[in-house]
Amino acid sequence: MSTQDPVLHVDALVVETTDKTPKQILKAVSFEIHAGETLCLVGESGSGKSVSSLTTLGLLPPGSLRATSGRVLLDGEDLLQATPKRLIELRGSRMAMIFQEPMTALNPVLTVGKQLDEVLACHTQASGAERRAQVLDALEQVHLPDIQRMYTSYPHQLSGGQRQRIMIAMALLLKPRLLIADEPTTALDVTTQHQILKLIRELQEKHGTAVLFITHDMGVVVDIADRVCVMNTGVIVEQGPVNQVLSSPREAYTRRLLTAVPSLTPRPPRPERGPRRVLDVAELAKEYGVSKRLFNGWRKPRTGTRAVNDVSFHLLEGRTLGIVGESGSGKSTLARCVMRLIDPTGGTIRINGQDIADLHPRGLKPHRGRIQMVFQDPYRSLNPRITIGQSLIEGPMNYGKPRREALAQAEELLQLVGLPPDAIDRFPHQFSGGQRQRIAIARALAMEPDVIVADEAVSALDVSVQAQVLALFDDIQKRLGVSILFITHDLRVAAQICDDVLVMQRGQVVEYGPAQQVLGHPQASYTRQLIAVAPGRSWNFAAFAPAS
Amino acid sequence: MLGYFIRRLLAAIPVMLVVALSVFLLLRLSPGDPAVIIAGDMASAEQVASIRAALGLDQPIYTQFFIWIGNMLQGDFGTSLISQTSVLSMITQRLEPTISLAIAAIVFTVLISVPLGVIAAWRQGSWIDNLVMSISVVGFSVPVFVIGYVLIQVFAIELGWLPVQGYRSLENGVGEFARRLVLPALTLSSVYIALIARMTRASMLEVLKEDYIRTARAKGLGERLILFRHALRNAGVPILTVIGTGFALMVSGVVVTESVFNIPGLGRLIVDAVLARDYPVIQALILLTAGLYVVINLLIDLSYAITDPRIRY
Amino acid sequence: MPTHLHTQELPARYSLHGLVTRLLRLRPRTTTLIAATTLLLIVLMALFAPLIATQDPTALSPTSRLESMSAAHWLGTDAYGRDLFSRVVYGAQVSLAVGVGVAFLTVLIGLPLGLLAGYFRAIDAVLMRFMDGLMAIPGILAAIAIVSLTSANLWTLMIAITVPEIPQIVRLVRSQVLATREEAFVEAAVLMSTPTRTILWRHLMPNTFAPLIVQCTYVCAAAILTEATLSFLGVGLSSEIPTWGNIMSDGRTYFQLQPSLIFCAGLLLSLCILSINLLGDAARDSLDPVMKRKEG
Repeated sequence: MSTQDPVLHVDALVVETTDKTPKQILKAVSFEIHAGETLCLVGESGSGKSVSSLTTLGLLPPGSLRATSGRVLLDGEDLLQATPKRLIELRGSRMAMIFQEPMTALNPVLTVGKQLDEVLACHTQASGAERRAQVLDALEQVHLPDIQRMYTSYPHQLSGGQRQRIMIAMALLLKPRLLIADEPTTALDVTTQHQILKLIRELQEKHGTAVLFITHDMGVVVDIADRVCVMNTGVIVEQGPVNQVLSSPREAYTRRLLTAVPSLTPRPPRPERGPRRVLDVAELAKEYGVSKRLFNGWRKPRTGTRAVNDVSFHLLEGRTLGIVGESGSGKSTLARCVMRLIDPTGGTIRINGQDIADLHPRGLKPHRGRIQMVFQDPYRSLNPRITIGQSLIEGPMNYGKPRREALAQAEELLQLVGLPPDAIDRFPHQFSGGQRQRIAIARALAMEPDVIVADEAVSALDVSVQAQVLALFDDIQKRLGVSILFITHDLRVAAQICDDVLVMQRGQVVEYGPAQQVLGHPQASYTRQLIAVAPGRSWNFAAFAPAS
Repeated sequence: MLGYFIRRLLAAIPVMLVVALSVFLLLRLSPGDPAVIIAGDMASAEQVASIRAALGLDQPIYTQFFIWIGNMLQGDFGTSLISQTSVLSMITQRLEPTISLAIAAIVFTVLISVPLGVIAAWRQGSWIDNLVMSISVVGFSVPVFVIGYVLIQVFAIELGWLPVQGYRSLENGVGEFARRLVLPALTLSSVYIALIARMTRASMLEVLKEDYIRTARAKGLGERLILFRHALRNAGVPILTVIGTGFALMVSGVVVTESVFNIPGLGRLIVDAVLARDYPVIQALILLTAGLYVVINLLIDLSYAITDPRIRY
Repeated sequence: MPTHLHTQELPARYSLHGLVTRLLRLRPRTTTLIAATTLLLIVLMALFAPLIATQDPTALSPTSRLESMSAAHWLGTDAYGRDLFSRVVYGAQVSLAVGVGVAFLTVLIGLPLGLLAGYFRAIDAVLMRFMDGLMAIPGILAAIAIVSLTSANLWTLMIAITVPEIPQIVRLVRSQVLATREEAFVEAAVLMSTPTRTILWRHLMPNTFAPLIVQCTYVCAAAILTEATLSFLGVGLSSEIPTWGNIMSDGRTYFQLQPSLIFCAGLLLSLCILSINLLGDAARDSLDPVMKRKEG
């Protein structure tokens, strides 16, 4: 660590809401970052980690939050006392920021070149030609291909990873002393995330930038941090060098956070419950854009895009099959086909031996109850206007169960998923995300299905809540013997819950087999690559030690 | 782009057919026989029947519809039942005052409402925002004819700066033309100013919340650049849309304004035609405005491509 | 007519019960209070018109034409010697009846059509083409045509004003349904074999209420405005019936002699529309939940 003065020194910073009864969002937060150092602020949602970064840049939303005491010193200059004009000068030149959503962080109606150029136009006296040369150089440094074309491109013509590279180029254009990165890789696939983290590292070493890196992902912390601040509800719980915090955490909260991170090592194999194949999918295909119209006229017959191509697998009773892939791999389309929320264009889906791939809605009804789904976003999967009870009894009553029986069953189910029985008369908005996901699981179970399809069912949850919901899935499987088809992008989650794993890429099956084998000794090069770029692979969180 | 244009043009055909059919049926099925109106109170049954035959009113209703559509497509909008002159020439005679009025009103609107909306959004919650919002809600609510009479009372009668009513053609000199156009154009633009200022503000507020505005702030751009280069261009599409859908407001405004200020334009023409039950004129004018509505909205759709590079047809 | 401004979907993640309590608990700003009071006074004026009016609003009196304010005629008289004050008081009846009636009728027709168009693609294609056609005819022209070609009574008047307002409501409901049907809870209902009519009734319709309530107030204000415009142009209800538009229409000829004819009726008309619009804005602001950004 450097012995000079810190680049950024946040000292007892308090941020409050501006309404009549101010609530403290940050309670006397202090930390410092030196040149060439990366400090990770890590915490779950609501911990105040993003508020810290926005305060530093002076970008707190004006009518709702304000810093009430403390100091934010950038090279010794207190930013909380700086005039708006001075802040504008400093932003972009001395401190810069990259954001979580590369898709929305660039202005859609201006070219990339223009958006980089205006940073220089605002902060320097350089001529047009000089600015252009500097911008092209910056694009070069973030390893973008074909930079002349990039310069004249609009953001929508680029991929998420490319846009994030442009954000980085923009942030580092004037070689700022401080770079703030707020969840810069959260919206990206693991492969792209890996590359972006490498790029930030590389540029930081080259320019000696101080980096304040905000993330919720412990894996990313392992890969990028020099030091860590663990935050919870506006307080810094613990801070120190990354190895020390990860291997010997002093605070219980940190320990809990670390042990909640699922391990990459697959769970030990379980004995099979029985030989019954509850779900058997063969040669399933979904092709989009196949023209079904009668009058094709003079148009050339189009071959559609194959979102799912020739996928086969089977699921035994009481087992869990994980379907793993990055975005665009077709895993969600596959799940929706199996559920018959969309119609597959080929193949068979057998539930308890009955093919449902071509059944009409009426013929489908007797089989719908056999297979139920838990969705990704807990905030959208329950009707906000009806009570939990009404949501839970709707399905069974559709199948003729009397109301009283259905209600009694609903109460039992709420107990099973760990919610109080009085939840039955409450509305969804009275519950947290994790609780809502429990309710969604109860609703699926109310139909007494053989198979539950969980589509990214824990991806929107904080890591500690995620661990609880995963434990719940495991528990209901043990008790009820239900089979689970678990769709996820997260190899750690897959390793924790799955007996078997199927890896998908561009609509096709890359590898399929027992979890131990696919994740422990991958054969396909794509699987190996996925495992290689998994963040924090070098650390075993549960053991507080490097992975063996 | 051309392909999209053609497709949009084709899509307009069913819309116009629906319009034509509704107009035709509405007028044909309503009580009141045009033949009786033309023939007058004293006519005999034979006279009425011969007029009916001459107008083609004795044909089956669907035949009448197709004859009518066919004539329309050939530019024959029929003959006025009252003045016996061609509807087309009646319309072209009345075109100048209405177009002058509309253009002047749109110029007033854009010059006044867009800057007001931008400033109100930028200083959300300030006194200037409140002022703009108050003006805008009053502008919506006070009927155009009330505003017209207030303006006449203040500027023409009390202050005597401008003439009370009437229209002078551009041929008779720009000065008098402009003097007589100021009050009607202000009257007509009042509701539009309210609408566009409000929409500009809402749209700007929406855009100012976007991530790329935060990015622009984070890279240290000045407020003026952020407002006009980054925000207004993105806020443009909804504003343009409202100008298109606000066309209905414009039509009703024109009708009323021309009545208040005694301007011999298309608005007067339709009121007179309705009062006299002059079917061909009513049909032609409704079709014309509907066609104009479709064309304006098509042009606005195409102009999205200019403001937003994401839209490629 | 601010109608098309507010057709953007309002995210509403609250129960109907919560929605109503939010409306009731609405801590009104001063402007909202003033607007509510004004509207209440106008409603009372319409209900108790026979008690408030000093004279028969239709009684002609050729000897006292265009009189100015006096003890006998508080606001003076019109060209036929009718008492302006009494006519203005009675005028509130027609305006409010039309406003409420049209708002009710548009919802009655527009809500089911919008639900069907939003859920069934086949209906959507046909119905929305038809609505596009209706939208292309400027409302005032359609209303003028319908009213003048039939005999103008309260019913035809309301229908004439309702028809052009329907496409807006249908579009609003449809867009709301299209957005909501993508929600996971609707898909969950499909997976539980919930019948389509139950999905429409229980899961989709309640989510259209919040924007619909707001839109209704604007339709009400717009209808009052259109009725007055029609009367003003001389194509509305028979000129004997005291409506604000008719009073102003009578006043056009004598504007320089007796401007109070136009300004008294115009003032009340404007206040009425203004207060309804302000209440609509207040309802929109309170029903539109502030979407809080997730903070890390």
